[in-house]
Amino acid sequence: MVKKSSEKAQKTEKKEEKLISKDDVRVDGRKLNDLRPMKLEVGILSNADGSAYIEQGKNKILAAVYGPKELHPKHLALPDRALLHCRYHMAPFSVQERKSPAPSRREIELSKVIREALEPSIFVEYYPRTSIDLFIEVLQADGGTRCAGITVASLALADAGIPMRDLVSASAAGKVEGHLVLDLTDTEDKAGEADLPLAYMPNFNAITLLQMDGKLTPDEFEQAVNMAVEGCKQIYTQQKEALKAKYVVKEAVEE
Amino acid sequence: MTLPAMVIRVKQKRIAELISHGKRLDERELNEYRGIQLEVGVIERAEGSARVRLGKTEVMVGVKIEAGEPFPDVPNEGVLTVNAELVPLASPTFEPGPPDENSIELARIVDRGIRESKAIALEKLCITPHKKVFVVFVDIYVLNHDGNLIDASALASLAALLNTKMFNYEVKGDEVVVKPGYTQLPVVNYPIAVTFAKINDKIVVDPWLEEEQAMDARLTMTMDKDSKVCAVQKGGYGYFSKEQILEAAKIAKEKSEQLRKMLVKG
Amino acid sequence: MSTFYEKRQLVLPGDLLAEGDYIAGDNTYKEGDKIYATRIGLVDYDNRKIYVVALKSFYIPAVGDTVIGRIIEVGMSSWTVDINAPYLATLRAADVLDRSFKPRKDELPSIFDVNELIIAKIVSYDRTCDPLLTVREPGMGKISRGQIIEITPTKIPRVIGRKGSMVNMIKEETGCQITIGQNGLVLINGRTPEDERIAIMAVRKIEEEAHTSGLTDRITEMIRRKKEEE
Repeated sequence: MVKKSSEKAQKTEKKEEKLISKDDVRVDGRKLNDLRPMKLEVGILSNADGSAYIEQGKNKILAAVYGPKELHPKHLALPDRALLHCRYHMAPFSVQERKSPAPSRREIELSKVIREALEPSIFVEYYPRTSIDLFIEVLQADGGTRCAGITVASLALADAGIPMRDLVSASAAGKVEGHLVLDLTDTEDKAGEADLPLAYMPNFNAITLLQMDGKLTPDEFEQAVNMAVEGCKQIYTQQKEALKAKYVVKEAVEE
Repeated sequence: MTLPAMVIRVKQKRIAELISHGKRLDERELNEYRGIQLEVGVIERAEGSARVRLGKTEVMVGVKIEAGEPFPDVPNEGVLTVNAELVPLASPTFEPGPPDENSIELARIVDRGIRESKAIALEKLCITPHKKVFVVFVDIYVLNHDGNLIDASALASLAALLNTKMFNYEVKGDEVVVKPGYTQLPVVNYPIAVTFAKINDKIVVDPWLEEEQAMDARLTMTMDKDSKVCAVQKGGYGYFSKEQILEAAKIAKEKSEQLRKMLVKG
Repeated sequence: MSTFYEKRQLVLPGDLLAEGDYIAGDNTYKEGDKIYATRIGLVDYDNRKIYVVALKSFYIPAVGDTVIGRIIEVGMSSWTVDINAPYLATLRAADVLDRSFKPRKDELPSIFDVNELIIAKIVSYDRTCDPLLTVREPGMGKISRGQIIEITPTKIPRVIGRKGSMVNMIKEETGCQITIGQNGLVLINGRTPEDERIAIMAVRKIEEEAHTSGLTDRITEMIRRKKEEE
C-alpha cells in the first residue's frame, strides 16, 4: 500500500513536465534507444565464491554466488541436478520511501522470474544433489532493477567458476508519451504506458525472461521485444569486457 | 493416485514425441483449449463469484467489497487487490502455509491483467474523496490443479467481477451506511489470459498438468477487448525464441477473442 | 572447419571457440557443430580436441586424488570431511581401526576430532554418492603441524611441475616438507617459520603466474634471493 503512494505522487508532479522533448530527447539527455551508462565490476567480495557489482544510471546492485555445495536436508535436493536458489532483495534505503526489510510479494515474484531467467544458462546437471545460492541486493533503485540484477548475477556466476552455456543479458523496453524507448528509469516506468523487461542468451537466440505490463498493440509489442533484444546484445558486449578486465591482468604477466 | 516417477517420465517422453508430430495425448489440436464450464453467482455471501472448470482444473473466485481508505495519492479511486490460494486439497503438491512463490506469481499475473487493462472503472468507486472508497478484494481459490491455473483463474476472476454488485449506501457524517439495493460493479474492459507451453520446441495452448510437467517453459499473454497486450509473463526453467513469442502473440489474439465471447456478448 | 582463438588466449563463458569437426574437451561444450567455452580461462588445442584451462573453478573429486580435508562431523562409525568441494566426503571408522565395526563410544573423536585436518586419498566417487576416503597409505592421517594454504585447484599441476620438478625444487631450496592436495590445499612444514614463509610465497607466485613460461627458473631465483635477505 505504501509503495503505490509514491508512484502516483510522482505522476501528478510530472504532469507539467514532459519526459520526452519534441526532438525525441529524454530527461537525462538520452535518445529513445540509448542505454543508461553502465559500470560493471567482477570479483569484489572476498567471501563469496563469485561476485559482481553494477551501476546503471542510478541503479546500484550487488550480486553474490555461493556454491555449488551439498544441499541439506537431503530430501530437498534433486538427484540429478543442482538447485538454483535466488533471492532478489531491496535494501530499505534503496527507494524514495523506506521499504520494509521483509520480503514483499514483488520481491518474491522477482526472485522466481530471475531464477528462471538464469537457470537455462547453467549446467545444473553437472552437480546433482547440490544447491547454488544466488543473492541479488539492490542498494539503490531507479527502474529496471530486475534486468540489471540478471546482468550482474550472470557475471557473478561466471566469477564463481560455475560452467555456463552463455552469459545472460537483460534490458527493458517500454512506451513513454507514445514513444517506444529502451531502458526506462523509475520515473519513465511510472508515468509511461508500458514496461517490458526481457532477458536474452545470445548464443541460442533465447529469451529467458519476458514480462510486460501496460498497454501495447501487437505491433508495438513486437517492436518493443526487438528493441529490448538489441539492448541486451549491447549489454552482452559490456559484460564480456568486464570479465576480461578482471582476468586479462593475469594474462598480461606473460612477456 | 500418484504414479511412480519412472512411469511419469515415460509418459512425458510420449507427450513430447507426439507434440513434435503435431498431436497431443488428449487428442486436442495444438491451439485448442480444453472444454470450459463457467458458473457465476455460486457463493451468495460474496458480492460476486464464479467457478471455472477448464478440463479438470477447477478454480473458484470470490469478490468481496468493503469500504476502506484510498491510497493517499489517488484519493478519488477505488482499490483493487488480488490474492490467490493454492489450497492443499487441490493437489498433492500443495502444502498448507503462507502463500509461496507460485501463488504469489499467479495472483500478480491476474492482477496485472485486470489493472493494466483498466477493467474496473476505479474512479467510479469513490465514496468520499480522500476518506472512503470501495476496496475490491478478488480472492482466487484453486480447488483442483490439472494444469493452466493462470487462464482458469483469470477467466474466473473476470467472470466474478462481471457478477459483482456493490451495495448501495449513504454517507452519514463519518459513517458509510448501507441502504437497500445494489449497483453493478463498473467493468469496462475484458482482459483474457492465454497461456502456452513450449514442448520439444513447439508451442501448445492450455497445457494440462502432464504437459506442464513435460514443458521447457511457459508463456502467458493477456489481451484486452481491443486486442492490446496488457500483461505478459514467461515462466519455467527454459526459454522461447523471439519468433516463438511473436507467433504466440498472434495465436493469443485469436484465442482471447474466443474466450471473451463466453463472458461478454458481441 | 575453423577456430576463432589463438592458443592460450583468454576466453569467456559462451565464447564460440570453433566450428566444425572438433572434439569438446574440458570446460567446453558442443552444440551442433559449434564448440563454446563454459568457463573463463585460456583456450588450448590438442589435435582436434579443444579445451579451456579454467582460471577460476572449484575442485571436483576424482578417484585416486590425494586431498587435504577438515573433519566437520564425528558420526557413529564414520567422519564427515570437508574437502573444499561441492560434496562432503566420508571416512569410515573401519578404514582406520584394525577391527571392522562397533567402535567404543568415545574412540572416534580421539582419533580425529572436529576441525582437525587430515591427508587422505579418494577411493570412490560417482554421481550418486559422496566421495569415500582412505588414510591407509603412508604419509596419510592427521596433520599436526605446518601451515596450509589454499590455491585454485586448476593451478595445482603447475605447483607440482613436470614429474614433480617444481615442487621438488621448492622443497630442496627451502628445506620444507610439502604435501599437495589435489583439492587446492597445500601443506608446508618447514624447519623455521621463515623457511615456511618463503615456500608459501613461492606457491602463491606460481598460482599467479601459472600460465607463463620460464616459471621454474624465476621461482628458484626468487627463493634464493629471499633466503639471502634473511
